[in-house]
Amino acid sequence: MFHHKSLTLINLIIMQNEKPKFKAIADHALLITFSDVFSEAVHSQVVALDNSITLDPPQGLIETVPAIVNLLVTFDPLITDHLCLEKSILNNIKNMTNNSSKGTQRIVHVCYEEGFSRDLETVSKACGLSKEAVINAHLNENYNVLMYGFSPGYAYLSGVPKDIQVPRKISAVRDIDAGSVIIAGSQCLVTTLKMPTGWSIIGRSPTLILTDDLENPFLFNVGDTVNFKRIDLGTFEKMNKASNYV
Amino acid sequence: MSDVEFSISFAGPLVTFQDIGRPGNMRYGVSASGPMDIVSFEAANAVLGNETKQTAIEISLGGLILQCHEGSITLAITGGDFLIEYQGQKISSWTVLTLQKGERLSVRAGKSGSWAYLAFSGKLNVKDWLNSSSTHSTSGFGGGVLKTGQKFTLTDASNQENRIGPILKPNFYTNDLIHAVLGPQDQYFMNTAIKIFSNSIFKVSDNYDRMGMQLTGPKLELKSALSIPSEPVVKGSIQVSGDGIPTILLADHQTTGGYPKIATVISSDINRLVQFRSNQSVKFVLINSNEALQKTRKFLDMKEKYLEKLSISRGTLEQRLMSENLIGGIEFNS
Repeated sequence: MFHHKSLTLINLIIMQNEKPKFKAIADHALLITFSDVFSEAVHSQVVALDNSITLDPPQGLIETVPAIVNLLVTFDPLITDHLCLEKSILNNIKNMTNNSSKGTQRIVHVCYEEGFSRDLETVSKACGLSKEAVINAHLNENYNVLMYGFSPGYAYLSGVPKDIQVPRKISAVRDIDAGSVIIAGSQCLVTTLKMPTGWSIIGRSPTLILTDDLENPFLFNVGDTVNFKRIDLGTFEKMNKASNYV
Repeated sequence: MSDVEFSISFAGPLVTFQDIGRPGNMRYGVSASGPMDIVSFEAANAVLGNETKQTAIEISLGGLILQCHEGSITLAITGGDFLIEYQGQKISSWTVLTLQKGERLSVRAGKSGSWAYLAFSGKLNVKDWLNSSSTHSTSGFGGGVLKTGQKFTLTDASNQENRIGPILKPNFYTNDLIHAVLGPQDQYFMNTAIKIFSNSIFKVSDNYDRMGMQLTGPKLELKSALSIPSEPVVKGSIQVSGDGIPTILLADHQTTGGYPKIATVISSDINRLVQFRSNQSVKFVLINSNEALQKTRKFLDMKEKYLEKLSISRGTLEQRLMSENLIGGIEFNS
């Protein structure tokens, strides 16, 4: 019999939602899906499996890619196959304990000065809050690194509070500078390239997500927690290394 | 062994430095990049006796004209059927030649194929990013895009007269069908869409670059307008946007995306697919993942044998004629 009090979150989910689904992709990958819809619990399962595989990689593994509800595993078709890998990963899942640690806590500095926050006014009007209230709401939250995508270093952070959630713009705006802090719905992102975006730009960060460190070239791992820390223009200028981006 | 300098008299769009790519970084939003057509890329290096992963230049349909300013160097051109102009001669691609100081080399789009590869008997001095010189085209990270007016240099350049001449083309490489495995989001499509996918002929649209190849053809209908959480994608994923239009993701693809993927092109067929041009027909054949695995294993085995043969120096003209006869006699069964 199960002792319900000792059931971990992860075990609970595995019991409730059938087993994770395995799907073969072409000749070189597997997609392991925990649910069709996002929840923090589902995402922490993705992260836990990712950690477990990374700690003890099966033969032939090339890489794992964690996302919102699923984990991609790619492999060398000369060394292993879908079935072998599925067996090995099922074992990981069986032995997964509640090691859904919060990951590392990361600080991202952000400057909300006017020149850096072209959509702050629109967001504040849409939410019926003052600009300062929007900034404070943005600052007072713990964000979670959900996944990377779109472009190198684009890390999708979940956790934008309901009070300041705004939809994506109808069309994208071109040439938004690297380091822009942008929000859409419940997600926030610090850009790493000059790119078009349909998200609302509320600040600018001098914190490099693409670090210059060859050992750890990206600031976040999926599963990390992120907090924003406000800085003024002077501090921004001192810290700004955004020009290091190629 | 000496240094060589080239100036770029003309470079079309999307002419880039590429090595074999940087797998292992998709979790950070970084696709592997690397050559669009890996077989041709590796052949160009192999035929010079290089390591097959070494940095070379990927040439788009836009073409490339180089001027050798300093030194001399043997180089190989493979890939699509491109037109080479060199010392007033017009020759076809799949050839090895030596370029001397003051000489000019032009590589332009020919009758077919979308990408050509220019490999050198020497080391290109280019920037690395995450231990690879492959250019990620949307960010520009890596070795970079070649631009008209710029220069680049090589070290350890050599002349290899014993390697000059036409290059044996891979003959396990000529099938027109593109094999794909259903999914991983085929459950979101109408049954009719899956039938249409495997029974219809699609065409390559003009919307084709290193990120992906959009197709034209019958619409692939989804069961309902849906929004699925963004999922990881791979090179070869065939994603279908809300309007039913498929796009095949390629070397510089985004690493996650919210469009459902009806099927995935097997890795060994991507090399042929990328050489298709706009308006060319694409016919998919659905196979299961085990068949895909077997096909790819066979392909990788044939590729290795082929590259091994290319890498053997061909010696004198007489020896070369002999060995080409012999190689020509070997059958590759695909």
